[in-house]
Amino acid sequence: MEWDWEFVRQTMPTLIEGLKITILATALGSVVAAVIGLVFAILRMTAPPPIARVTSFAVEFIRGTPLLVQLYFIFYVLPDIGIRLPALVAGVIGLGIHYGTYAAEVYRAGIENVPRGQWEAAKATNLTVRQTWIHVILPQAIPPMIPALANYLIAMFKETPLLSAITVLELMNQAKSIANSNYRYIEPMTLVGVFFLIMSLISVFFLRWLEARYSRVEER
Amino acid sequence: MIDWSGYIGLILQGAWVTVQLTLMGSALAVVVAFAAGLGRLSRFMAVRALATTYIEFFRGTSIFVQLFWVYFVLPFAGITLTPLQAGVLALGLNVGAYGAEVVRGAVKAIGREQREACIALNLTRFQAMRHIVLPQALPLMLPTFGNNAIELLKGTAVVSLISLSDMTFQAQVVRAQTGSTLIPFATILLLYFVMAWLISFGMRWLERRVSRGLDGVRV
Repeated sequence: MEWDWEFVRQTMPTLIEGLKITILATALGSVVAAVIGLVFAILRMTAPPPIARVTSFAVEFIRGTPLLVQLYFIFYVLPDIGIRLPALVAGVIGLGIHYGTYAAEVYRAGIENVPRGQWEAAKATNLTVRQTWIHVILPQAIPPMIPALANYLIAMFKETPLLSAITVLELMNQAKSIANSNYRYIEPMTLVGVFFLIMSLISVFFLRWLEARYSRVEER
Repeated sequence: MIDWSGYIGLILQGAWVTVQLTLMGSALAVVVAFAAGLGRLSRFMAVRALATTYIEFFRGTSIFVQLFWVYFVLPFAGITLTPLQAGVLALGLNVGAYGAEVVRGAVKAIGREQREACIALNLTRFQAMRHIVLPQALPLMLPTFGNNAIELLKGTAVVSLISLSDMTFQAQVVRAQTGSTLIPFATILLLYFVMAWLISFGMRWLERRVSRGLDGVRV
């Protein structure tokens, strides 16, 4: 079977439609992950021991099990208890919870990497807890986190094809339906690969830039 | 009341397929990781370029896309693989690319003075790598390899989408036959978690094993 540019041209609009959903799912998923990660991190670091332990276990559990099965769980099991979600919403929640557990680790490491002396100095200069966080701790903790968080953003983007398994019409699913209805697999499947490769090569350059921009904070 | 014993058997069959995939995929990944990781440190430009291309390509797309590509596009090039072969190949190559970066990082982390000592002792490059560098680099690689193995285990769920009857696939079968959703999915989530736990437990044991005798070597 030969590569057919005409077929590529015909199917491109459908694939672009899918790409939009892929990007939308990534954007929404990353917002959910950022928020859920923060909740997990705060619970693990400040909640009373029993709650902190339960949270730690939940994080370990979510990280140790496949995203695909978690998506199935959200999409197929929750309707049994009366929560019926549209596929895209279920997918975004699944992505958000899964990558939220990774983000939680990044937050925790970032906050713990702020030297003890900074906390003590804040106390010595009589800053309130709120002032300490906003003016001393977070400005030092957040910049080193940014490259790591961006790394997980790229990882999440690459995992979005899994949403096709719960019927979200994203890039992979569009490609599959084109392939199945035309019995041509080479072009759609290769194009999906090329799309993802291009996007992630661009994001790798972006990531290098972020690293160069934000990882020098400690050297000052 | 549904008779669960038959369905549990089905899921356990799937679990066995998942275990096989994980073991074979990891074996391929380790081989590929060392080949590509050391390839990136090669003296020869061509080898370095080849290894870099491989790593960037497989890290740039997800396991899902690669698996579908291997399963659906390769047949047109005359290579037809069974789902199991396709699964092992895609998983091994994908995780191998991540592993290659780990190998490279660990080898580069071994101090210059070790290499200089090798040159002073007139060891060949192969001898230096085999007897001096790798034994010290291996303990540095293992924790990340453990994480990669867990990633690979999680990746195996994707093969259910190319109709390989792994644990996730069997859970879908049970769901279709019984209409019950909670029990099959909760069961396999638990089984995946136990497997992930076993991997990290085994890796910790291996770490203690290979770092034996290295106390005091590193500062």
